[in-house]
Amino acid sequence: MRGAEAPPGSAPAHPSLGKLFVGFLSVAAVGFGGVMPWLRRMLVERRSWLTAEEFNDLLALCQFLPGSNVVNLAVAVGARFGGLRGAIAATTGMLAVPVAVAMAAAAAYARWGGIETVRGALTGIGAAAAGLVIAMAVKMAAPLLRKRPVQAVPFILAAFVAVGLLRWPLEWVVLALCPLSVVVHWRWRA
Amino acid sequence: MNEQSPILAVAQQFAQLSLLTVGGVMAVLPEMHREAVELRGWMTDGEFASLFAIAQAAPGPNMLVVTLVGWHVAGVAGGLVATAAMCAPTTLLTFLVLRLWDRFKARPWRTAVQDGLAPIMVGLVSASALLLTRSTQTGWGTVAVTLGTAALAAATPVNPIWAMAAAAALGVAGLL
Repeated sequence: MRGAEAPPGSAPAHPSLGKLFVGFLSVAAVGFGGVMPWLRRMLVERRSWLTAEEFNDLLALCQFLPGSNVVNLAVAVGARFGGLRGAIAATTGMLAVPVAVAMAAAAAYARWGGIETVRGALTGIGAAAAGLVIAMAVKMAAPLLRKRPVQAVPFILAAFVAVGLLRWPLEWVVLALCPLSVVVHWRWRA
Repeated sequence: MNEQSPILAVAQQFAQLSLLTVGGVMAVLPEMHREAVELRGWMTDGEFASLFAIAQAAPGPNMLVVTLVGWHVAGVAGGLVATAAMCAPTTLLTFLVLRLWDRFKARPWRTAVQDGLAPIMVGLVSASALLLTRSTQTGWGTVAVTLGTAALAAATPVNPIWAMAAAAALGVAGLL
């Protein structure tokens, strides 16, 4: 609603391979604490490569498919503007800096992790990172518990117990629970 | 166990996990831990937790723990191979499904599939939360940091990187 979206008649954006690479790289390199909000801002507000609606539509696809949502979004946006080469440009742009930074940080920790302050810092970061995953679970669970608790709760518990407590192999749990859950949600859909 | 080069083992491990990342990489964290720590003995529980913490503090997508597990096993090449193996199957799938998406996004079965997968995702992410919470606690200080960060991130729009920075500062000060 607010903000300036391109008027319907205007020429569609058509970023080059280089622009795709740089665009995704610039977002990923500053994406501390989650890339998605920054990605939306770059794609919709700053560069107008997508309208808000197109963004939501592609996001729905990326959430539907397995894999990292932001990496899938890079594939989808890259492919839309540059086919296979666009998808590769956007995805490598998304991953290049974070992968290099993470490995450099891990190497630094391997070297200086013996120092007490460094170890202390990582203890703090680790505890906070665990808290973020708890928050993620809570935020994902909230809409399900509100909208369809009867269908959702048994499957939440089954997946949690099987993988978290019993430590069963993931593929068996997913192969058993996913079809069953889809059938239940299809049969008792709203 | 037959002899296998570490790079190949890493590639195989993550290529297998790739299509199971229903709802994101956080869902396969317990399986990654089970394989890397319990089955293959690539690292200890504490090392896994450290790699996860470093990955979360780095900018970028939250799949970097994959890169770092590969890095731990086989250096920079291992990190790159793990990342590529984890991404290749799902990115290829996204690329292929993209053309069909307009045709099936409005179908009722699409919603049923998405609704059906959602609770399983929640269960798996909860399992990741349990695993990480268990392996990052050193005392009451870390319990407070974990719960405080969880509350902050669940209930406010504050960027979680600030919680991580504050927690790192507490750790540096020797309070954890």
